[in-house]
Amino acid sequence: MEKSTQITHDHYDAEASKIGMWLFIFTELLLFGVLFIIYAVYRYMNTDAFHLAAEELDRFIGTLNTVLLLISSMTIAMATTALQKKNKKLTLLLSSVTVLLGIVFLVNKYFEWGLKFSHGIWPGSEHMIETMSQGEILFFGLYFIMTGLHALHIIIGLVIIGFAMVGVNKGKVNSNRPSLLENAGLYWHLVDLIWIFLFPLFYLIT
Amino acid sequence: MHTTHAENEANYLKYKGKYKGLLGWILSTDHKRIGLLYLYSIGTMFIVGALLGLAMKFELLAPGKTIMNAQTYNATFTVHGVIMIFMIVVPGLPAVFGNFLMPIMIGAKDVAFPKLNLLSWYLYVAGVFLVLSALLFGSGTPDTGWTFYAPYSFKTGTNLLPAVFGAFVLGFSSILTGLNFLVTIHRLRCPGLKWTKLPLFVWTLYGTAWIQLLATPVVGITLVLIALERVFGVGIFDPALGGDPILYQHLFWIYSHPAVYIMILPAMGAISEIIPTFSQKHVFGYKAIIASTMAIAFVGWLVWGHHMYTAGMSGTAQYYFSLLTFIVAIPSAIKVFNWISTMYKGSINIQTPFYWAVSFIFVFMIGGLSGLVLGALSTNVYVHDTAFVVGHFHYIVFGGTGFSFFAAIHYWFPKIFGRMYDKAWANIGWLVFFIGFLALYTPMFYLGLMGMPRRYYDYLEEFHGGNILSTFGSWILATGLIIIITNLVRSARKGPKAESNPWHGKTLEWAVPSPPPLENFDEIPVIAEDDGPYNYK
Amino acid sequence: MSEEKHHIVSYKFYVIILLVLLALTFSSVEITSIELGKYTVAGALLFAVVKSYLVLTYFMHLKFDKPYIKIMVGFVFAVFVVTIVITLLDYLYR
Repeated sequence: MEKSTQITHDHYDAEASKIGMWLFIFTELLLFGVLFIIYAVYRYMNTDAFHLAAEELDRFIGTLNTVLLLISSMTIAMATTALQKKNKKLTLLLSSVTVLLGIVFLVNKYFEWGLKFSHGIWPGSEHMIETMSQGEILFFGLYFIMTGLHALHIIIGLVIIGFAMVGVNKGKVNSNRPSLLENAGLYWHLVDLIWIFLFPLFYLIT
Repeated sequence: MHTTHAENEANYLKYKGKYKGLLGWILSTDHKRIGLLYLYSIGTMFIVGALLGLAMKFELLAPGKTIMNAQTYNATFTVHGVIMIFMIVVPGLPAVFGNFLMPIMIGAKDVAFPKLNLLSWYLYVAGVFLVLSALLFGSGTPDTGWTFYAPYSFKTGTNLLPAVFGAFVLGFSSILTGLNFLVTIHRLRCPGLKWTKLPLFVWTLYGTAWIQLLATPVVGITLVLIALERVFGVGIFDPALGGDPILYQHLFWIYSHPAVYIMILPAMGAISEIIPTFSQKHVFGYKAIIASTMAIAFVGWLVWGHHMYTAGMSGTAQYYFSLLTFIVAIPSAIKVFNWISTMYKGSINIQTPFYWAVSFIFVFMIGGLSGLVLGALSTNVYVHDTAFVVGHFHYIVFGGTGFSFFAAIHYWFPKIFGRMYDKAWANIGWLVFFIGFLALYTPMFYLGLMGMPRRYYDYLEEFHGGNILSTFGSWILATGLIIIITNLVRSARKGPKAESNPWHGKTLEWAVPSPPPLENFDEIPVIAEDDGPYNYK
Repeated sequence: MSEEKHHIVSYKFYVIILLVLLALTFSSVEITSIELGKYTVAGALLFAVVKSYLVLTYFMHLKFDKPYIKIMVGFVFAVFVVTIVITLLDYLYR
């Protein structure tokens, strides 16, 4: 059982902030969980249409983005190790790699979405309503909502990592007070975790 | 645990920090001040919501148009619902009494994340203003009902977006409060205060916080989808584009049914504090109450479908939901037995909070038993969407949470303000309110069984009698409310000074002075092995 | 203030986990490009579950955390699974 601690004026409770982050991650899991429920229901109702629509998505970009996110997850995890080993430079370097990979992910996503838009595929577009079956419309509706929300979380994750890096640079986040970086890492892994499920459900069900 | 505080030591009400006056309150991260900020903002919104309710009852005084037309009536019940649910009963007890008392009850100086706590209050206020902006600006007040059912919610021409967004922001506030409480209860219990020694109110807050944390995101994203549907026409819930409106109902009730337990669990917790104190006896079945709290929190998550029996679900799902609904009644009944058994052979001290607590049990039982009528598939089909549902719901939520809220405010008032209210007027207020409550909501059961549908501004001549009684009841209830609020507001400033432990309670908040000092405890208390929250001699 | 020493995970260990994750990713891509009919989704999801288990356990340090955090995480996933199953009770039997 965890021990209780007292509040002092310079209050720092690493475990409290860790649980806090986990609890916040739970809310995010449920947030995406709802979208997965919707996906499950509509896929069950429109199996063939989902099959067909998924063919439109580019497997290569999907796989590439998966690889990028997995690597970025590893580098941010390594950054916490580097921080604990008191290697400030390496910590910053590894977190910058994560940030860079996150940005590349977003750029890929931008081109992927852009390609869809140029084909007349976006939520509520005339083209979709005229040429597509209801199942396909639902598939793309969910595709844009889920990947869009995921991209939003990538941006939030990047911002949190940015704050952690500033903290590391100033020395406020250090091996004695690593919470901010650890929590940024936890959040980033959550983003990765969600993508691990988004990827097969949208790109691999052809 | 003893206290030797000098009378004039700075308490949290008088404390002067970096900022003075109003700023000293709205920038304070002290959990007690935030609790009071919630009390005032929730109290204000409650008056608004109650006035809307009174207006609806006035409209139903006679068949046909009395004071408003159909569209205005639709808007009124929508806004009444949104205000009462999202702004009052959901945050009510946790945000006010949870904030004020929970850290003291567990022997901590504040919650785990005080700044986040203040942010929650700001989000609450932002949500309130967003919802209110939907009333004042745009193309008409929302008329969907507080449930925002698809597809009407993205077909209606009224100004729905700010209301939906406001509900989303209010949900975020609720999530952050829950998160804060969970971490606080896990990390900041004082030495010796084991889980099996936590006051029951804290336990119910713990269960509630889990539901707030896990269920609120569900409605959050669902409301976002409604907004996207309105703006882009994505098709997720639009039957014309292949979406399923029943799926919206599923998702909405996955939150909104557990939300009923967010409302009622802390209410039960407050009652579980009051009854042992006024019986001067150890609470009967402490562990059974904890177990039933957790069981309600968990099983309550799984029964959302009983709001949708007539929506067109599969038969299998209907049987399942009906069965589990009956199961969730068991832990609630366990609590009632525990409260009654606690009183048995106790030395009962009849005071205002005790009146409220006992009447809570009374109305809660009627509300709960009428809930079984609705939970049973066969009877539900007959009374679905009738006044019976409205009666049941108000017996549980207004009777449950409302009575418990008033019990709690009368119980902890001397602790919060350091002054005592006029007990005679408090008792009169309770009696008038109680009579008004019974007269207002009891006829609804009868009217519903006779077949009067809910959510119409008009009704057939045969329902006139019951509606007259109900409207009269609303006036009596309002009178009671005025007496109670006037008495409390007056006493908060002018009442006689209260002792630190006027009711001889045993939980930690009674060990600190009234009102509590800035950081609650000079030194963090230590709970001895044989100490406990309900150890009465 | 620190009650116990943090468990420091070595860089090499993280690399190994990444390689396993990448291997799983590529095999899930390969497997789903074979015509498996209705088992495609099941196969892809199975790989996703294994991958997420690895991320949770090692990247997110659950392996080195106190038991009650693991219980919470397990509980939340259980709640989600139960919720989706109950929702499908409606759709599968309509």
